[in-house]
Amino acid sequence: MYEHDVIVVGAGGAGLRAAIAAHEEGADVALVTKLHPVRSHTGAAEGGINAALRDGDDWELHAYDTMKGSDYLGDAPAIDVFAQDAPEEVVQLEHWGMPFSREDDGRASQRPFGGMSFPRTTYAGAETGHHLLHTMYEQVVKRGIEVYDEWYVTNLAVTDHDDPEDRECHGAVAYEIATGNVEGFRANDGVILATGGLGQAFDHTTNAVANTGDGCAMAYRAGVPLEDMEMIQFHPTTLPSTGVLISEGVRGEGGILYNDDEERFMFEYGYANNDGELASRDVVSRAELTEVNNGRGIEDEYVHLDMRHLGEERILDRLENILHLAEDFEGVDGLDEPMPVKPGQHYAMGGIECDENGHTCIDGLYAAGETACVSLHGANRLGGNALPELLVFGARAGRHAAGADMKDAEIATGPSAQSEPGDVEPPVEPGAVDAGSDDVAADGAAVEPDEVLEHTVRRERERVESLLEEDGINHAEVRSDVQETMTENVNVFREEDNLRQALRDIRRGRERYQDVAVADPSRTYNTDLIHTMETRNILDVAEAITLGALAREEFRGAHWRAEFQERRDEEWIKHTMLAWDGGTPNLYYKPVLLESQWKEYEPKERSY
Amino acid sequence: MSTIEQQEPDETETETETETAVESPGDRRRREKADRAVEDEARRETEEAADEFDEAVDLKVFRYDPEVQGKEEPRFDDFTVPFHKGMTVLDALIYSRDHYDSSLTFRHSCRQAVCGSDALFINGRQRLACKTQIADLDGDTIRVEPLPHQEVVKDLVVDMEHFYEQMHAVEPYFDADELPDDEMEEQRQSRENREKIKMSTRCIWCGACMSSCNIAAGDNEYLGPAAINKAYRFAMDEREGENRKQERLRIVEQEHGVWRCQTQFSCTEVCPKDIPLTEHIQELKRESVKNNLKFW
Repeated sequence: MYEHDVIVVGAGGAGLRAAIAAHEEGADVALVTKLHPVRSHTGAAEGGINAALRDGDDWELHAYDTMKGSDYLGDAPAIDVFAQDAPEEVVQLEHWGMPFSREDDGRASQRPFGGMSFPRTTYAGAETGHHLLHTMYEQVVKRGIEVYDEWYVTNLAVTDHDDPEDRECHGAVAYEIATGNVEGFRANDGVILATGGLGQAFDHTTNAVANTGDGCAMAYRAGVPLEDMEMIQFHPTTLPSTGVLISEGVRGEGGILYNDDEERFMFEYGYANNDGELASRDVVSRAELTEVNNGRGIEDEYVHLDMRHLGEERILDRLENILHLAEDFEGVDGLDEPMPVKPGQHYAMGGIECDENGHTCIDGLYAAGETACVSLHGANRLGGNALPELLVFGARAGRHAAGADMKDAEIATGPSAQSEPGDVEPPVEPGAVDAGSDDVAADGAAVEPDEVLEHTVRRERERVESLLEEDGINHAEVRSDVQETMTENVNVFREEDNLRQALRDIRRGRERYQDVAVADPSRTYNTDLIHTMETRNILDVAEAITLGALAREEFRGAHWRAEFQERRDEEWIKHTMLAWDGGTPNLYYKPVLLESQWKEYEPKERSY
Repeated sequence: MSTIEQQEPDETETETETETAVESPGDRRRREKADRAVEDEARRETEEAADEFDEAVDLKVFRYDPEVQGKEEPRFDDFTVPFHKGMTVLDALIYSRDHYDSSLTFRHSCRQAVCGSDALFINGRQRLACKTQIADLDGDTIRVEPLPHQEVVKDLVVDMEHFYEQMHAVEPYFDADELPDDEMEEQRQSRENREKIKMSTRCIWCGACMSSCNIAAGDNEYLGPAAINKAYRFAMDEREGENRKQERLRIVEQEHGVWRCQTQFSCTEVCPKDIPLTEHIQELKRESVKNNLKFW
């Protein structure tokens, strides 16, 4: 057994920032990651980091843009602390040596991004995430923070009180990939989940193969509700063949979208007459697919993104990485021809419910970054808001877990924050199919922390043993079926019939998952085993996304429903919550907070 | 993920594992499972032979697992994978794993050349599998091996520990002599200086350069191109200040530092991010000389 004050699960941007913050508070902190920190998906972020740094800008404008962008599904206390903390975080990153692109006066450059009323997106070429990830990992090395790399955290050690709000998290259990050892990690003060995205629930995604929603699924099964899971962002510019992301920076710099008739359709067909290509991502994604569906797409699949007119010098200075991506993954020279693009799954706005200090309803359990839902992004995340999110909320979670004296949270969490029960009737029992009470973390005896952890370790060892010993089907079949149905039925455009079909397919996936086993009997670097366990998590998050989408009978932000073409503020300014109820998702709602201690927001129609 | 549909062979293929003197029930079940896997493999081979593709690539993949009987001796496995335009070597490996042999082991994650986890030895050269287009490779067969000069853990996975140690040895973190008084004020960096260090900051720690370097192969203590490039990234950053630069030069001019480099350019040739590694090493040599000649 390993023991530390704070255990951070995941070592991408949010995890690294949390670890540094906890360390600065004097905690003994360790990072546990299934990759190596520099392999994390934060490194793939391209565009930039929003923060009000310059004259003429201030945090209130940034907060306002973020609330408007969220389509009034964000919580004001989260949005306000986010916009207030972001400038300090960005300057600190600069003080840590981040190689930002520079202005003539030597200060970090900023550029315009979609949905932003001021050019407040600080960037480092079109590879901002790479530099952010490496800069922060360097600071972790400098501080001597312990890193357990290639250790896959498979479960949380949580006490088994009936009410999740009475439960405590005492640590986590991880599988050492190189050796096959299953060990407990005792956390004296807290566990922070910073496991990143869940894009692998879809088959066309910008997300890394490692982004399997592990944190969401583990927290969910431990009793933390998942919030607004239906809010999946589809990025309008991904390469058709692979899902590789072409940064919004291209449009920020002036890139233009054309259909097959070489029409600038964002204006020509009136999707966004004010902002054109720089409208919010959901707006642009729908516009592109509408063009394709109306027969104006190229090869009935994609549209063109043209940056040639920007000139070679500017492209090389600010978007060079995009040239490499288009060349390596699509065989297109962006200096000579337009790039093919189409929408792809990009980001989960929803996730593990937590407050503005990263705390969940379970004592000692925190979440930060994409796996968390504070809620900051509401129904739509603005480009350039993901990196400051992981800085701001990673740092807050790290500080809080390490025992820093922080203001009480304004955002209420847990079942007691419920405002009304949900009433969606799924077409099938969505849940467990004997989903394995073994997987419910909270079945440990409510006793001493070490015993809770040891109990969880024993159970995880048994799970690994049985996966290795038994015969069964390959998880890859289950995984690809779920990914396909999600892309087919729970995509940019959603209809009730499709959503119900997806739930049936996921249910079938659950049934088949009962029969999976790992063909490779080896204890050494068994990726077959890792992927099999990940697939279980994919099933849980896919189901939560689809159920949330079925429940929300309105059109808000990224969530479009064929049957409901209006944003219905009277009824739907509320969060969709899903709680694990013995393996069957229990749906309820929680109010959106449009007021913080600083400001009150009035919902306005979105116009572009 | 490959979208090509294809007849699906069976899902298991493994070898028997070592028997122990006293067999526990778990060991027995695992041994039985491994025995069944051997039978399955025989069937798979028959089925595979029956498969015919219009256009296909032949993958010859290095296999080794110290723990599984029949795989503890290194060998090559052949996989036939349907080919489509735009397909990368990583796509072919994933296809082989998901359709033929789920025990086939390799690292990969971002599949867009930023995570650095899938550097492999492909047709005799260090490359990232995810950005290597099959159409760009010569020959009928693609030979995929783990990075040379590193210890193989299993199949295509090598132990990166030594590489990480060398990276850490150059104190790879920003450490400015002084920061602006106002904590909300940025350190100024000229565009020229940012441009100067730009290429060096692109390193994704994939280890291709280290694996291609003859010197690193013969001298385990040699810092190697990636670590020296990391040192360059900081030594040349004007924000750190002169004192720190002197310390950084002292690190790279040690016995197993820059002077070991024999300017063979193999690191520069294989770098998937086009970092001029050899040039950076040479520049640090010059800086180091200047540093030591007081009358300069």
